Amino acid sequence: MTRGSRKSWQYFGLGLAWFYFLLWPLLGIHDGELHFRESLLVWLRVAVVTTICFALYRLGKRGALDPVLHPAGRARDAVAAALSRAPRWMFWLPLGALALAYPMLTNRYAQDVAINVLVYICLGLGLNIVVGLCGLLDLGYIAFYGVGAYTYALLSVHYSLPFWVSLPICAIFAAVAGCIIGYPTLRMRGDYLAIVTLGFGEIVRIVLNNWMALTGGPNGILGIKSPGVYIPHLTDGTFSFEYLAVRKLEYLYYIILALAVFTVIAVYRINFSRIGRAFEAIREDETAAELMGVNTFRFKLLAYALGAVFGGLAGAFFAARMRFVSPESFTFIESAMVLAMVVLGGMGSIPGVILGALALVALPEMFRGFELYRMLAFGGAMAVMMVVRPAGFWPAARLGKRSDDTE
Amino acid sequence: MAAILELDNVSAHYGRIQALRGVSLHVGEGEIVTIIGANGAGKSTTLMTICGVVRASEGDVRYMGESIREVRADLLPARGLCQVPEGRRIFPRLTVSENLDMGAFFRRDPDGIEQDRSMIFRLFPVLYERRRQYGGTLSGGEQQMLAIARAIMGQPKMLLLDEPSLGLSPLFSQHIFKIIRNINEERGVTILLVEQNANIALKLADRAYVMETGTVVMEDKAAALRENPDIKKAYLGQ
Repeated sequence: MTRGSRKSWQYFGLGLAWFYFLLWPLLGIHDGELHFRESLLVWLRVAVVTTICFALYRLGKRGALDPVLHPAGRARDAVAAALSRAPRWMFWLPLGALALAYPMLTNRYAQDVAINVLVYICLGLGLNIVVGLCGLLDLGYIAFYGVGAYTYALLSVHYSLPFWVSLPICAIFAAVAGCIIGYPTLRMRGDYLAIVTLGFGEIVRIVLNNWMALTGGPNGILGIKSPGVYIPHLTDGTFSFEYLAVRKLEYLYYIILALAVFTVIAVYRINFSRIGRAFEAIREDETAAELMGVNTFRFKLLAYALGAVFGGLAGAFFAARMRFVSPESFTFIESAMVLAMVVLGGMGSIPGVILGALALVALPEMFRGFELYRMLAFGGAMAVMMVVRPAGFWPAARLGKRSDDTE
Repeated sequence: MAAILELDNVSAHYGRIQALRGVSLHVGEGEIVTIIGANGAGKSTTLMTICGVVRASEGDVRYMGESIREVRADLLPARGLCQVPEGRRIFPRLTVSENLDMGAFFRRDPDGIEQDRSMIFRLFPVLYERRRQYGGTLSGGEQQMLAIARAIMGQPKMLLLDEPSLGLSPLFSQHIFKIIRNINEERGVTILLVEQNANIALKLADRAYVMETGTVVMEDKAAALRENPDIKKAYLGQ
């Protein structure tokens, strides 16, 4: 055993001991009595799993696993090479088919989870414009989700406007809200901006909670209509449209799927445009961007408004799906969740944000059995991510894509 | 020679601290003018005030005969006034090619931009080799070249350079200054150069200003200043 490996094992052992020290007070103190059984059991399981992982990691580092890993690595490279030669539609076709056939293959519960994931994908991609591209840390993003949801709720209840007409109105209202919140806050930079956006996010929630006359306060708004579709109908030789309210979960799934696809395409286009490049320049160095002729304030406001649009769209769908909105759905923890998706997935990366949304919404559902330890696993996963992949699951990498040379 | 840039008794403040006290200088069209001085003399602040990043609290800045004191910083590149800021300040997580595109951000002629990019790549072959790398992965000297190249992408009439030799080896500084002379001679770009390395700056420039504690204390032909005993002692280390 070399000195380096002995040292790393020592650190590992120390880490495990420290983990127990932290774990025991959490699990071992009930009703004023001290227990050791439960905490020891949990600790033992964690210790066994991590020891195996760590041993494998050390072996791999020393090259003991090379006979196994080398052919595996070669096989992976070969598969990757074959895949990179395959045309793009080879990936999109099965993926699209799977997304379309999903409701037919699964039950209600799985569809519900999928709808949640898609809503968060829209939110994550919207926030990604602000945080990932433009580098503005926004801790109050969920306010725009709220604005979208309440806009549709009010339009539907008071004016019985259909969903599809309301959708663009919600987007506009969210964008206006983005400008109103952005105008005073975007003069600040960095940490100050984060704190102020946090404040504005809470202001929106508190207004929703207290403006009884308009929003119904904590009681929320009931009786929001589901999205409807007009189906062409031929009876007695006359052509008419029949209105059909979409209540079934699978139709709702298709609507949010369409919204998510629209969001992905729109964000992709923004990402690889002149505007997207200006956003990134502002993220990298605001003063330098200004010296290049970028009106930084206007572009930051634009990033804010664009991000808000997608939040507003997702919010409108949320209201239409739940048929009920209340301020409880727009708390700070939701902002933090969406931000965690962006950071965990990889800032500025579209597939990264999608993976992040999937990981943070779908995985907790899968592990419902371990509900008690969910936050523990969550924290552990975050810590591991920080060490192993500090730039996220799928970091943004698009070297030379936007302005390739033509020579 | 017609003055392309004139500063008339300009003062500037950072909060309550006065950084510039009545700076007056002028740069003729096609000239290379340098401002030399010690740390904290107000050289960089002078450039930032010209560009409108720092607002002049007194006096006037005239560019091509018009006052630009109240003009927003982001409108100046389109009028041909570009700055290569201190410490290069390229965009580290944009590729070299994208950095160049940012220099031409305000331009609306894709063909012209494409031509200029090819021209830049001929001028700086190393940037062509590294066009797909992130700007932050370049060496210090390459980053300085990129910063200058990025400014040229805006087709400037006048270029403000802030300490282009900062952190570069003496040999590479020579190289950068050769490039600056080329830009001046072949493209007719007027240059205002701020430099701590007075030796190399005075060899390049036509005229020079010496700044101390926020104000101009001396002004002369560069060649004359090189022979001035005070300057020799204070700035040239002779």
